Amino acid sequence: MPASAAAVLDALGDATRRSILERLLDGPSAVGVLAGQLPVSRPAVSQHLRVLKEAELVLESVAGTRHLYRINPAGFEAVRGYFDQFWATTLHNFAALAHVEAARPPVHLPSEQET
Amino acid sequence: MGTQPTGEVVVRRTVQVPIPPERAFALFTDRMTEFWPPDHSIGSSPIARIVVEPVVGGRWFERGVDGSECEWGQVARWNPPGELVLLWQLGADWTFDPTLRTEVEVDFTPDGAGGTLLELRHRHLERYGEQAETLRGIFDSPGGWNGILAAFVDRARQTAD
Repeated sequence: MPASAAAVLDALGDATRRSILERLLDGPSAVGVLAGQLPVSRPAVSQHLRVLKEAELVLESVAGTRHLYRINPAGFEAVRGYFDQFWATTLHNFAALAHVEAARPPVHLPSEQET
Repeated sequence: MGTQPTGEVVVRRTVQVPIPPERAFALFTDRMTEFWPPDHSIGSSPIARIVVEPVVGGRWFERGVDGSECEWGQVARWNPPGELVLLWQLGADWTFDPTLRTEVEVDFTPDGAGGTLLELRHRHLERYGEQAETLRGIFDSPGGWNGILAAFVDRARQTAD
């Protein structure tokens, strides 16, 4: 994870910045558009975006005079890595159990489901 | 891979198993206790059973050996033998959070040789945004994933003998 943990935590510790991130989850957006959706001024949105960029949670792209901001997937790599490992282990376990099952005659097992 | 254009963060995993979809679906849902990493529990006592109620809206929970129950989420889609969707509502600190809704989609497809291709997608992980660092701590903790995997492989070998 390239951004420091402290920078990420600081960036996410602000409700307005979390609101900005939530909006960017729907797709890239511009400062003016974000300011129109939030109860804060355009310069304030710019400042928040700067903090999010420094935490590597947001990327900025420039096309002519147009600046677009979007979610930086690398900022979520820790979460993704965690679940990737979790499911790798769990499905490995599942496959091993299935191999044991396959060696048995295919009887219909009575359900142990309790409701 | 892993992130959609919309910013959705997804984990995808596939595994092939030598039993047909009907049996794979039943094994996955009815006997989850037998393949779930045992230290991934949120209850105050060890897991006696992991229950997936076989109906849309059903509960997904663990029951401890002392009889206590802890919610994990619920069944969002139940279409045996092909499709299962569970809502995973555990926070990064392994407590139930009803406001958190991540989705575990599992598809069971015949592999053409009598077995099943299981495709799992854990979707909307971006909803963990604020908890990322907590998760990192769990992932990096001593005695984590490698130990679990090694213990399992040993047990699976013994079972197969």
